[in-house]
Parts: sequence; structure tokens; C-alpha cells
Amino acid sequence: MGTLLTVENVTVRFGGLVAVDRASFTVAESTITGLIGPNGAGKTTLFAVVSGFLAPQQGRIVFAGADVTREPVHVRARRGIARTFQIVQPFAGLSVRENIAVGAYLRHRDRADALAEADRVACRVGLDRLLHLPAAALTVAGRKRLELARALATRPRLLLLDEVLAGLNPSELRDVLPIIRAIRDEGVTILMVEHVMQAVMSLCEHVHVLAQGRLLAQGTPAEIARDPRVIEAYLGHGAAQRLGSGASGHA
Amino acid sequence: MSKASAYGSVLALGAALGALPLATESNVLLNFLIFLLIVAVAATGWNLLGGYGGQFSFGHAAFFGTGAYGMAILQERAGLNAWAALPIAIALGAAVGRVIGVLAFRARLRGSYFALVTLAFAEVLRILANVLPMTGGAAGILIRLRIDPWHFQFADRRVFYWVALGFLVGALLLVRAMERCRFGAWLVAVRENEDAACALGVDTVAVKVAAITLSAAITAAAGCLYAQKFLYLDAAIAYGPWISVEALLAPVIGGAGTVFGPVLGALVLLGLGELTKAWIGTLTGGAVPGVDLVLFGVLLILCVAFAPRGILGLLSRLRFGLRWARS
Amino acid sequence: MQSPEILLAALLNGVMTGAIYALIAVGLTLVYGVLHIINFAHGAILTAAMFAVYVLHAAWGVDPYLALLPLTVCFFVLGYAVQRLIIGPASHGDDGNILLITLGLAIIIENALLAVFRSDTRSIDVAYAFSVVEVGGLFLSLPRVLAVAVVLAVVVLLWLFLARSRTGAAIRAVAKEKMGAELCGIDVARIYAVTFGLGAACLAVAASLLMPTYLVNPRVGNAFVLVAFTIVVLGGMGSIPGALLGGLVIGVVESFSGLFMGESLGQIGIFLIFILVLLVRPTGLFGAKA
Repeated sequence: MGTLLTVENVTVRFGGLVAVDRASFTVAESTITGLIGPNGAGKTTLFAVVSGFLAPQQGRIVFAGADVTREPVHVRARRGIARTFQIVQPFAGLSVRENIAVGAYLRHRDRADALAEADRVACRVGLDRLLHLPAAALTVAGRKRLELARALATRPRLLLLDEVLAGLNPSELRDVLPIIRAIRDEGVTILMVEHVMQAVMSLCEHVHVLAQGRLLAQGTPAEIARDPRVIEAYLGHGAAQRLGSGASGHA
Repeated sequence: MSKASAYGSVLALGAALGALPLATESNVLLNFLIFLLIVAVAATGWNLLGGYGGQFSFGHAAFFGTGAYGMAILQERAGLNAWAALPIAIALGAAVGRVIGVLAFRARLRGSYFALVTLAFAEVLRILANVLPMTGGAAGILIRLRIDPWHFQFADRRVFYWVALGFLVGALLLVRAMERCRFGAWLVAVRENEDAACALGVDTVAVKVAAITLSAAITAAAGCLYAQKFLYLDAAIAYGPWISVEALLAPVIGGAGTVFGPVLGALVLLGLGELTKAWIGTLTGGAVPGVDLVLFGVLLILCVAFAPRGILGLLSRLRFGLRWARS
Repeated sequence: MQSPEILLAALLNGVMTGAIYALIAVGLTLVYGVLHIINFAHGAILTAAMFAVYVLHAAWGVDPYLALLPLTVCFFVLGYAVQRLIIGPASHGDDGNILLITLGLAIIIENALLAVFRSDTRSIDVAYAFSVVEVGGLFLSLPRVLAVAVVLAVVVLLWLFLARSRTGAAIRAVAKEKMGAELCGIDVARIYAVTFGLGAACLAVAASLLMPTYLVNPRVGNAFVLVAFTIVVLGGMGSIPGALLGGLVIGVVESFSGLFMGESLGQIGIFLIFILVLLVRPTGLFGAKA
């Protein structure tokens, strides 16, 4: 299993604020890797760096063996990096089908091919009944699926999912999890930022934890859940100890 | 929409408009219709960039004027045949569009900044045309009267009308073809959301530059028509704000981002303009300058307030509403 | 090469013209800073104000300087009403729409003036139009010296208003963070209208200062407004000190390029600066956030 993405020593500053501080990690091919951390940890910033929306002050992004640090967003998309946006960005004036087709045009010059691809992708993410609806008419869950579909239509090798599960209710969540797993099974590598822990636990093979711009821990979801540093980062200083003593007290 | 109906509707409009001169011999009406066609072609150019691409130019006069002056100068100063001058003048207009596009879009100008910079370029060209000897300076430039189809001048107004109509139909077919190809989808995506388009692999700068080049070429073609119709140009005509304004107003009022919006808008705009001028004229016993433009301004604001997708948008909403009411 | 006296005269002339440019630009940049829109009707409103000064003088012999105060109040109310009743409701909060509406307003105002006054150029005769004052051996045009003084006073008043008054604080709050201001109970629609009114009021002052020495026709505002746009972009969108300094710079540049290149090419100098500034530094010299 090779490495598809390497983030090397990346630092991003906004004025005096260090949003990402010398972060390094790798994502293995054909896995689902999670990127978690408390609010403001720098996850979305890191995503923006990987996809090319932000240039890091320091560090490198290596994708499939090529240094892409200086490449603009659309060139990276052609290489196979696709992303979704945490705040969904549909082409509001277009239909669902047209939205997805914009992504599909990346690999299909011909209109008929792109539309056919859009229909196929819509089926995969469960939007096939809503193809002709304007994107603006979709529910939150529908828009999240649309984000996913559009990114998928570009035939990515690496899919960056920025909180695609946030705001979904339990039944919607149940529907989407298998879709994401199926995408991985077809060979697409997934890196996801997610707050819904239940989903991270069930989907990810590997998890990186980011706190205050630094990479705090990494491992399997089970290891991460037991890591006292991670618990402290989420719940505050001394929380691991309190939880630990509370647990032993009950025992 | 099927391929046949997509292109068929354009051809049908062309045929209907083509039949008009058979019904009338009135020179006044024909002159009005020719002017209408010229504005509709210019507006179709604006629509490609503004309506489909969401980049509002306030300076399409830069392209119109370049086409018009190109036509006049190539014939009068370089001694070129009019039909040979035509593609060159259009290419010159496209080149001006490309230069402005590369400069503005590489500098990431959007919205009002882009509008301002296009306006400024048009003004620079207007001032230059007003002082340079090549353009005839403030006196303007005349194209010699040589009534001969070989010189793109026709004894019969109706022939000019049909030629201008050919330009319009060609421009509309081009826009329709663009609507149905990858470039068109990417251009609309840029309009709707640049960041999202970028993330999907769209080179947004390249798409916008291509759009302004094509847009400029179409509007320059309108300028060429104007030059051949009136055979006289000065800076205020060729590069004046009037054409920037009408090229923008027609699509916005008719329906920006639709194939027929600019044509409908030009018809409504110029038709109402003529009617108002005539009406005010009978009230005051003389021509009053500017009244038609006051009306255009009012129409623009009303459209933005009540018909955000122009008259065509309003009609489709109405049709939808009627169907809904019946069912 | 020009003699030093002529160069100095050109410099001072530039500063004095620049002061009025600066005032026009302050109005524009204030509206931009708060509403985040470029008001394309700014030039047309200036033209309207200049015609108002002209009519007051031609019909009733009102001196332009006497007209200044009442006209300023009138134009404040007018600007307030235009934003409140037309731009606000018609734009549905969309920036592209605002662009088109202010363009529409510009077309309406300019052409209504054209319909009423025709395209003739008009001016008013006042006794002091050519009066001069002597400062350190230099003879300066009295109306222009007055203009500089009034502009300075207006800017100081405006600054005090923004810095000290409750409404001024609300305006600054809306400029910084519209939603936050709204949540604090500030009536954003009213603040927008007040700001737009202030922009129009600046134009009324500028018009009163211009008319004694300048002429008016329905298109005169266009010339000023492109200059004002240049200044605003140069000084940084939304920055009032930037607009002041930018106004002076442009006034001087225009004065010198007019001296060296002639009137019409001098205008090109302004546009080229404008285009260059837009392309190179869209955030302006003072780096106010665009």
C-alpha cells in the first residue's frame, strides 16, 4: 500500500496567528483517513493548503510522487485532488444534473458523455431522483450529497471531504456512510475532516489529530480514543485524569 | 432541450425576422430594424461575458469602437476591401478584449472593479480616438460612398438588413453552441461560484479570458456593421458610453444568460425609446434629448427589482404560475 | 523646461483642485466603506447638485456659498431617501444588483438633466470669480482658497461625527461587521441610508465650491467621477485619509500632465493611473481591505 499524499512540515500563518504549525502526515492509497481536532485546530486550513486554495508559508505537499505545493487549484484537480466545502458551494442557479456535469467535464470533453457521467454519479450518491431540481431547492442533506457528487464526478484519486456529515440526522447518516465506504472500495483515497465521531470511528482506518495547529497524535480510531492527549485537547486540561479517576472510582 | 429544438429555435427566429422586409417598404422602419439588429449583436456579445460569465462590463464600447474604427481605417487608410477588412476588424476587437481580459482577470478583478476597469479602458480609447490623426481626430472619419456589394454597401436597405440579420443569427448560433459545450458549462460555473468551479478543475482565469475574447469579437462585429451602415464615425459614436450602456441594458432587461434575452431586450428598449421620443416630441413640439435614456434607466431599475432574470425570466415564471393555477 | 514659478503655480493649482476631488472621493469612499458598493451614480448626483447651485443663482440670484448649507441638507435627505426607497429595496441585497441600480440611477439623472437643460455648457457669474489673494508673493484664486478651507472643515466635521457621535459609532460598526452590528440592535438599513445621505451631502458641498469657477453641463459629473474612482482606488477603498491624500495626488498629477501634455492627453494620464492602480494594487496605497 503506497503513500498517495504527503504533507510535509506545513506552516500557515494569518498575520500573527499560526493556524497550522509544522504539520506533517501521510495518507496511504485506498484508505479512509480521518483528520479530527477541536474547533479552530486548523483542519479546514490544512485542507485548503492540500487542495491549493491557500499557499503555506513553509512546507511541501507531495501528491502521487509530485511536488504540487506551487500548483494552482485547478491543476491539482486535474491531477486528481478533489474537495468538498464545509460551507456548501452549489452552483445555485443550475440543476443538480448540471452541477454534477461541471465536475464530469473535467474528464469528458463531450456534452453527452459528461451528462451520462453526471447521471451515473448521481445514482451512486442517491441524487438520481432529484436530477432536474435546481440546486437551490435541495435540503441541507441534499446539498452535502451534491458536494460529494460534484467532487466524485471529477474522477479523483484523492477525495478531501470537509465535514460532509455535519448537520445530517441519524437516518441520513446511515444512508451516507455506505456511500463513502463504496467510494473507497472503488480505489479512491479519502481524507476526511469530521466532527461526527461515530462516523470517524466506523469509517476511518487511520486518524490524525490536530490541535492548535499542531499534529497531536495519530493511530487507529481505537488508539486515538484512548489517547489521554487527545482527550485533553477536546475536553480541557486534566480531563483525561478526571475521566480516568472517575472510571477507576466506579470500577 | 433536444439539439434540433435548440438550434431550430434560433433559425426560426432568423427566418421570421428575415421575412419582415417582405411585408414593408418603409425606410424608416427598415432603418430602425437595422439599428436594432446592430444593438442586438453588440448585446449578444455582452451577454456572453456578462450573462453567462457573470462578469459585468461597463465598457463594451471598447470593442464596438475598435471594430468600427478598424473597418473604417483599414478601408480608408490601408486601402483594403471592406470584406477583407471585416475579419481583421473583428480580430482587432477580439484582441482588445483579450488584452483587457488578461490584465483584469490575472489581477483578479471582479464585480465593480472589473466594471470600472472596462469603463476606464473604453474611455482611454475614446480620448485617443479623439486626438489621433489615424482616427481622424475630433472631426471623425468618413468611409467613402461606393454603393456596391463588393464594398459592403448596398443600394437596397433590405439587403443590408439581411446581412445584419445574418450576423445576428450567426452570433446567436455561436452562443447556443457555447451553451451546449464544456466551455459554456465552465463559464456558467464561474458565474455561479468561482471557488467551487476552481475546485472542480476549471481554470477560471483562462475561461474568463476566452469569454471576454469571444464577447469582444461579437461586439466588434456589431461595430463593423455600424461603420458600414452609417459610413461615418467619431470618438463619441464609436467609443461613447451609449453603446456600453445599451449592450448591457438589452440583455439585463430581456434576460441575461439566455440566448434570446439580448434580442428581446434590444427590441423592448429601442421600441419603447422610439415611442417615448415620438410621444414627448408631440407633447413639446420638438425633440427632447435624453428622454429615451431616462426611460432605459427606469426600466433597468424596475427589472433588477421585479424581474431579476429579465422579461424572459418573468415570462417563464408566469407560464409556470399559469400551469400551476390550472392544475 | 518650465520656469519654477509656473511649476509652483501648477502645484498649488493641483492642490486646490485636488481638495475638491478629495471631497468628492470622500463621499464615494464613505459609501464604499460602509455599504461595500461602488456608487456609479456619484457623478450624476454631483452634476445634479451643480445644476441646483446654478438654478438657485440664475433664478433667484442666490450666492453659491449661501446655497451651500441648505443644499447640503437637501442632498443629505435626497441621498437618504434614494438609498432607503430605491437602492435598498430594489437590490434584494445582491452586490451585482446594486451595481446595476446605481448605473440606472446615473443614466436617469444625467439624461433627465439633459432633457431639461440640454447639452449646453453653463456657468454663473459672481463678482469674486477672479478675485485673488496674495500669499507669500503668490497670487491664488480666492474661490479656490476658500474651497480648500471648506473641504478641510468638512472633513474635520465628518471625522468628528464618525468618531464621537452615536450614529457615527453605528456607522463604523456596520462598516466593520454588518451582521454583528445588526445583532447589537443597530438598524442597518437606516445606517446605510444615513451613509448614502452623507455621500450625497459631500457632493452638494463640492458643487457649491466648484460652481463659482467651474462650468456645468449634464455630462460634467462623468469627468469628476472617474477621477474620484481613481482617487478612491488609489487611496484604498473605504479609507477616508486615503481619499484625502489620493485627491491631492491626483489633483497635482492632473495639473502637471495638463501642463506638459495638453488638456485631453492629461485626462488619459488619470485613466492610466487608474487602470494601473486597479491592476497592481486593488487594495490601494493605504491597504484598506478591498
